Amino acid sequence: MVRQFGEVALAIAIAPLFAGWIAQCRAWLQSRTAPPLIQPYRMLRKLFNKDAALAIDASPLFRTTPYIVFGTMVLAAAIIPSIATDLPFARVADAIALIGLFATARVFLSLAAMDIGTAFGTMGARRDMMIGFLAEPALLMVLFNAFLLSGSTALPSVVDASTAHPFFVDPSLIFAAVAFVMVLLAENARIPIDNPATHLELTMIHEAMALEYSARHLALVEWASDLKLFNYACIGFALFLPWGIATHGRDGAPELGLAVAALLVKLIVAGAALALIESLSAKLRIFRAPEYLAMAFLLAVLGLLVHLLLGA
Amino acid sequence: MSTDMMEPQRTRLPANMPSSRLRVDREQWLRTAEDLRESGARLLTLWGTDDRDRDSGFRIAAAYLLTDSVVVVEHLIKETSAPSYPSIAGLFPAALRMQRAVHDLLGISTDEVDTRNWLRHGGWPETVFPLRRDVDGNRQYPIVSEPYPYVEVEGDGVHEISVGPVHAGTIEPGNFRFSVVGEKVLRLEERLGYTHKGIAKLFENFSQEAGHSLAARVSGDSAVAFSWAYCSALEAITGITCPMRAVALRALALEHERLANHMGDLGGLGNDAGFAFGLTHFSRLKEDLLRANSVAFGARYLLDYVIPGGVAVDLTADASRLLLELYDTLESSVTNMRAIYDNHAGLQDRFREAGRLEQNTAEKLGAIGLIGRASGIACDLRVDHPWSPYNSLAVKMIVQTGGDVAARVQVRFDEVVESLRLCRALLAELPIEAIQTPVSIAAANLLGIGLIEGWRGPVMIALETGPDGGIRRCHAHDPSWQNWPLIDYAILGNIVPDFPLINKSFNLSYSGHDG
Repeated sequence: MVRQFGEVALAIAIAPLFAGWIAQCRAWLQSRTAPPLIQPYRMLRKLFNKDAALAIDASPLFRTTPYIVFGTMVLAAAIIPSIATDLPFARVADAIALIGLFATARVFLSLAAMDIGTAFGTMGARRDMMIGFLAEPALLMVLFNAFLLSGSTALPSVVDASTAHPFFVDPSLIFAAVAFVMVLLAENARIPIDNPATHLELTMIHEAMALEYSARHLALVEWASDLKLFNYACIGFALFLPWGIATHGRDGAPELGLAVAALLVKLIVAGAALALIESLSAKLRIFRAPEYLAMAFLLAVLGLLVHLLLGA
Repeated sequence: MSTDMMEPQRTRLPANMPSSRLRVDREQWLRTAEDLRESGARLLTLWGTDDRDRDSGFRIAAAYLLTDSVVVVEHLIKETSAPSYPSIAGLFPAALRMQRAVHDLLGISTDEVDTRNWLRHGGWPETVFPLRRDVDGNRQYPIVSEPYPYVEVEGDGVHEISVGPVHAGTIEPGNFRFSVVGEKVLRLEERLGYTHKGIAKLFENFSQEAGHSLAARVSGDSAVAFSWAYCSALEAITGITCPMRAVALRALALEHERLANHMGDLGGLGNDAGFAFGLTHFSRLKEDLLRANSVAFGARYLLDYVIPGGVAVDLTADASRLLLELYDTLESSVTNMRAIYDNHAGLQDRFREAGRLEQNTAEKLGAIGLIGRASGIACDLRVDHPWSPYNSLAVKMIVQTGGDVAARVQVRFDEVVESLRLCRALLAELPIEAIQTPVSIAAANLLGIGLIEGWRGPVMIALETGPDGGIRRCHAHDPSWQNWPLIDYAILGNIVPDFPLINKSFNLSYSGHDG
């Protein structure tokens, strides 16, 4: 239980740091002076200290959504084995439930965006639903690759299984990993699908849904999206880079310390890689997003085929 | 040219290029426009004046660009209780909004169906016409918000998205009303005028020798073009000739203005396609140029550099060397950036086919300047009507036929290269002489025009002098007037999220348009 809460607390605490690191890498890659690493925390502090403004037409749904979305992301963090696999929560919810959690957050955020009835909220919501319903199958296919290898749909078991065979890389996982990165970019409102830094309201997806939020509500929505990115990164690590995660029976204090260190190293590398991908690409025309996500789906299916035909 | 019938009323007009003035009656007003349209003339601008105190009537004037000269057609409306004139918008669609603006400011109407207000947003009552001489420009009115009847599109699944006038970024205000099905744009209607500052009225308080300063502020990114146009008009009226050194320095400043804006736009276009790398690098290059401006001309954005009779600051030998070095850096950096833009699949996918403005649409609607040149309309005053010093520079006409965002990007890249060549040529043969000559005060009631190809297109100032060195009427025209309506056509069939990119590729002035 201590591990469980420790892991969740760590996730909540360092998720903004990860976002800050990516922003820093992006700035360096664009030859700009980078904002400090702790910029996202400053932003959160600023927002929590402000008075919230609500649209006159906002229903309770609009007000409660930030809490629901944030709570969902915290719950998701609880079932992703980021430092240890002995997680009580993870036993009751497998990876398919995890996708369900992400979908819940998406549905609430979309409904809240439409709730106040501005053109932008609705526009962002329907674009996000389009991305979501294309990204979810691709993510499921990616997960199936790992499930087939480990024979379980629970992420901790996947990690336990793959760390039991160190240095074993299945070719199907390479396809799945590429597909996963594509889904990660799409699901987390990054370039090439969305641009988290844009000021152009007509091109926004995620930002358009958050436009009407302010103060603590906005802080929670932002924090939740940082957490979502962190969660996705941790899913990626669990599936493709599980080394260092403290597994069942080998999770004393030294192993946990090592696991945290390994997680930080992985986040640093992954953040830099994400920033590189984002800096090298331009944003896709929105109607290319289905092609992009179909490509991710196809790659994940190819991974399955490779596993079924060549592997086993 | 079949305007010979008007020959008797034709008089020479002081300007920085061959120009004439035609005084016509109500029938001839329309017939002249028809003849001019047939001969392929372009509408430069249209403005009105309250001349009831002098000629007991209102005057409506339109300036047209012919292949060899400029002609200003004037019609004096003697009827003063309900003044009106025949609309020329059927021949020159760009005139429509100008006519609506003239009505808002002077109360002169046309026979056009669309009588909605354009510049008046409830800032003054419908019965008050601020540009009339009997209206006090300092009088404040309570702002009364009035509904504006946008054109409605009906159909299954059609809905509207209203963007602006306040946007999410720090940009000028304008309202864009999209009628869309899903993401596809069926119709776009613009509403501008939010930054109307009453510049025309304000000019009446300025002296002839100070007016250039207000002209420079009509649209801050075209300060040189506007102030040079103003000075050209004033110098043409007073008949003085600037020293050649001043003329060359003005052209140098104008090309710097073009360079700075083009580089800013190229960065902005990259950024709007999600390629922030382009923005940071072009911003750096632009900043280098602005700092050089500050050293060489004493102002980053070249405000008040061009003054009547010459320029404000002389270029030192050190500054000249600095500029030459800068041109080399700019040229190699821009060439590198161009290679990156041209070879970036993602960027090219966004640029190509986006916001296509077909040549015949552009031709019909009277596109001018950079936007025209990107749609195959070879029209550049520096080439077609070269005024001094461009008459000795052999400026290359840059044209692209694509009409899409990619074409507008290419025109900008090509113009940067050509501008750098012009800058080097100007510096190489910079005459050694004075940079200013005294300008005498012009007599009252003289009209002159100044026409300068700014970075957006032809910027025009029509200046009419008043008594005691004052200004009777000064009309400043930004080419954005002609090109704003084109976006309504360029966006058709595109998707909503591509609009910011298309709009950026036009990058028209709100302030210059609203006046």
